This record gives sequence, structure tokens and C-alpha cells, in this order.
Amino acid sequence: MATVVGMIEAQALTKDYGEKRAVDGLTFSVRPGIVTGFLGPNGSGKSTTMRLILGLDAPTSGDVRVNGKHYRDHAAPLHEVGALLEARSVHTGRSAYNHLLALAETHGLPRSRVDEMIDLVGLREVARKRAGQFSLGMGQRLGIASALLGDPHTVMLDEPVNGLDPEGIHWIRNLLKELAAEGRAVFVSSHLMSEMALTADHLIVIGRGRLIADASVEELVRQASGNVVRVRSPQAEELRGHLAGPDVTVVSLEPGLLEIQGLSAAQIGEAAAQHHLVLHELTPQQVSLEQAFMDMTRDEVEFRTGELAEAKAA
Amino acid sequence: MSSAVESVALRRLTVQGRVTQAHVLRSEWTKLVSLRSTRWSLLVATVLAIALSALFAAVTSSHWGGMSAHDRADRHPLDIALAGVNLSQLAIGVLGVLVITGEYSTGMIRASMTAVPKRLPVLWAKLAVYAAVSFVLMLPSVLIAFFASQAILSRHDILQISFSHPGVARAVVGGAVYLMLLGVFALAVGSIVRNTAGGIVVFVAIFFVIPPLLDILPTSWNNAVSPYLPDAAGRSIFSLTHGAHSLAPGPGLALFVGYCALAVAIAAVLLVRRDV
Repeated sequence: MATVVGMIEAQALTKDYGEKRAVDGLTFSVRPGIVTGFLGPNGSGKSTTMRLILGLDAPTSGDVRVNGKHYRDHAAPLHEVGALLEARSVHTGRSAYNHLLALAETHGLPRSRVDEMIDLVGLREVARKRAGQFSLGMGQRLGIASALLGDPHTVMLDEPVNGLDPEGIHWIRNLLKELAAEGRAVFVSSHLMSEMALTADHLIVIGRGRLIADASVEELVRQASGNVVRVRSPQAEELRGHLAGPDVTVVSLEPGLLEIQGLSAAQIGEAAAQHHLVLHELTPQQVSLEQAFMDMTRDEVEFRTGELAEAKAA
Repeated sequence: MSSAVESVALRRLTVQGRVTQAHVLRSEWTKLVSLRSTRWSLLVATVLAIALSALFAAVTSSHWGGMSAHDRADRHPLDIALAGVNLSQLAIGVLGVLVITGEYSTGMIRASMTAVPKRLPVLWAKLAVYAAVSFVLMLPSVLIAFFASQAILSRHDILQISFSHPGVARAVVGGAVYLMLLGVFALAVGSIVRNTAGGIVVFVAIFFVIPPLLDILPTSWNNAVSPYLPDAAGRSIFSLTHGAHSLAPGPGLALFVGYCALAVAIAAVLLVRRDV
């Protein structure tokens, strides 16, 4: 299979809208061949970052390049980046077919490409209908068709599963993985960790425009879990004495139940065997990706529920 | 949607595309003709240019016998022939605003500027396509309006005027040139304002509201200012005669083109500078 290598590189990317800083010194790169999830609470600057990548908005400071150049300097931008923005970008009075045709013509692409895209996203039956009559899901499929029109090296989709039915969601997940397997850089935003857990290999997490994490999915789970192991033993207090060490914290939750941080389950099991202590339970605590995300972004969400309630009460 | 999507595969492109001004022109042509609202507005502009002149001619012809000498002297056959331009300009101007503000109101502008991130080729193409379409439709309209109104007025020798009479051909073709330039001006206004209602208000204010308001100024001021407004400068292109307080066709055309160029220049600078 021919490969199509693409990438995005942001350097201290910053964007102010008046007094408000929407994107704050973001440095990251989106690499080819994998799906990179772009995660953050609503209003954290994901869509703004994507607009900066496409040159729709100019950065206040910093720089972002796509496949080695500023987006606007590419001779055939639709070959470089295929983008689906969260805000609708279709004239409601134009048919899906003519919308795609007008975009294809800017690059001199043939009508046959438009037909291919319509079949790819399953809009054949409604291709001649005005886009204003489309459901959210159909509009989303049209947006994805626009994004893939130019056979882009980098695919960038803002909340692509919004409004899709379960079948459509399944389809888009497979599509993203396949595009990445071909060597493309795939950059997908979401505010749902669970969605990213299923598609992404790597995650870039932001909150209030700032970078919170840039790591693989496994790494994030491991970091968030903090290597906590839960141990149940009738001889808990005795075991506790044998586990003491400089980087080890042991918390007794109730008589006979310990939570140990700083040692692996294997190390604890071996220590118990060495001292002939009985264990009833030995469980490494996995924090879900969802929980990890909540922990990471807790301080970064614009309004927490409590604050909102207070604001309403006031 | 139940239509199953079996294959996920994205087929590779076999051609290498690139953005050129010619490609963007073609794209803007597709955009213009693929909207129902555009087709209706252009049809209305075309029909009005002919129908209003014919109607005016028919009414004049049937009432000629009962008209006073003063009223008769007030009727000029060229004014009758070009009466429709007054209504067509509203349709051409409003559509000119819409050609660009429609993209902002629907969000299409983001798709357009993502496909052509250098942005200016889109503005040039919109202006060129819209100017060409307006002229190609309006030129036959004003010619038909001229000959149709003359045919309707054929019983009245005094209202006959030859197309070869000095200035007549220039005035009739000038009507189409005026409408084309007006469309360019309106499109530039739409591009500056980026909002349909706002764009139409600005256009209507410049061409329909401000000119009559100047009549409340002292006459000497009015005479000093009025001929140089966009509306008056443009109208001199299709007036057969010009008085002490209106421009000759040549200077009028030059000034109106100047206004259009200024509006387009502002639109271009703002398009490149502003966030979409």
C-alpha cells in the first residue's frame, strides 16, 4: 500500500480574542501513521487550534505548520489537510453534489472524484437535495466527504461523531484507523474520553487553551492510576511493616484492607510469600481513561457545576 | 440513515490538483449557478428591465392623446427605454451583496477559505463571474427594452429615436455597464460588511436613501456634492444629456469605476487581514 505521510507541528501557538486567551502557548506535534486524539472540555480551545492550523484565524503569536509549511503556502491545500470543522461550513441552498463539485473545482479535480466521495460517505440518495434539508448526521457525512475530497496527507476532524448514528460512529472509527494505517496523520478532537479511548493511539489533552498532557493512551492511564495496589489480608498490619520503604505509601482503608502506592502487585506478592503472610486479595487499581481525564481537567474546565449553581443562586 | 456503508476505503486520487485562478473561477461559476436564489434574482432583474420599459411605453402611448404639452415634453423615449434599469439595479445590487454574505451566514466561507487559503483568488473570481453574468444578461435586456419600447411607441413620431442617433447606442449599452459595475460595488460592500442585512442596508442607503436626502441641503451645496455621489456618477453613464449639475458620461464612468475600485480594494485588504 502506498503511504501518504503527513504531520502537524505547533510551536507556542497562542490566540487572543480581545481580552480572552483562547489558545495559550500550545506546542505539540501530530505524527503520521497514528490517530492522535485532541481532548479537552468544551470551550478549551480545540476548535480555535484547528482554525489556526487551517489559517482561518491568524495566531496572536507562535506558529503552526502542516506537512512542513504554513497551510496557506501549499499549492494544493486540499491534498495536504482534509478538515471537518465543528461549525457547519456548507451553503444551505446548495446540493451536496454541487457543494463538493465547487470545492473540487478549486483544485481542478474531476467530477468522478465528487461521485466517489458521495458513495464513500453513503449520501448517494440525497446528493441532489439541498444541504439545508440535511439531518445533523447527513451534514456530518457531507463534511467528512469534503475533508477526504483531496486525498489529504493529514486528516483533521473536529468532533466527527457528533450527530452520527451508532452505525455511522462505527464507520468513522474504522475509517480513521484505516487512514492512519496508510501513513496519514489523523487528528481528531472530542470532549469525550470514552470515544478517544476506542480510536486514538496518542492523546493531546488541553484545558483553558493550555497543554495538560501529550502522551500515549496507555501512558496516560498508567500515570493517572499512580500504581496503586489494593491488598486484603487478615495479617494486614504485619504486612504493612514489611513493605515500608522511602517511596512507598501505605494507607489502611479499613481493618484488613490496604492501598499501597509505590510497589507493583508482584513485589507485594513476593514480600508476602517471603514472610508467609496470607493474602485474600491483590489488585492493581486501574483508573479508567474517563476518570484520568476528569482528574486532569478538573482545574481547567471553564465553569464547574458548583460554580454554575452558585452563579445562578446569586 | 439506513443506507449501509460497506466499504471504508478512500480511493487514491489519480490526478494532482492545484489551486489556480482559472480553477477558482470555475468553482465560483458553479457556486453562482447552483443556487436557486441566484437564478431567481437574475431572472427577475432581466424580466424587470424589459417589462417595466414596455409597460411604461404602453401607458405613455395610450394616454398620449390626453396628456398636456408639459407632460409630453417631459417624456423622453430613452428614459422610457431605460426605465427598467431603475428596478433591475435593486435586484442586481441585492444579489451582489448576497453572493458573498450568503457564504458568511451559512458558514460556507470556511470551506471556501480552506480550499483557497490565499483568499484573494476567491474575491477576484466572485467579482469576475458576477460582473460577466450581470453584463451578459443585462446587455440583451436593455437592447430588447429599447427596441420593444420603440415598437410600442411607433404611432408617435415624436417619441421615435434612432439607435444610430448620437449618444443613443452609448446610453443603452451604458445602462448594462452601469448595472454590471453596480453589481461589483454591491459585492464589495457585502464582502466588507459580511452580513446580509447589513450589506443590503449599506447598499440601499448609498443608492436609494442618501441621494434624495441631499435635496434638503441648500441648493448650492447640493449642486456641488450630488453629481459626485456613486449613484449620480453611475447614472451619467446612461443619460443621453447632461446639465450643468451632472457629469458627462466619460467622467461619470471614470468616477463610478473609481468608487468600485475603492470598495474592492477595501474588501481585498479586509479579506486578507481578518479572521474568517
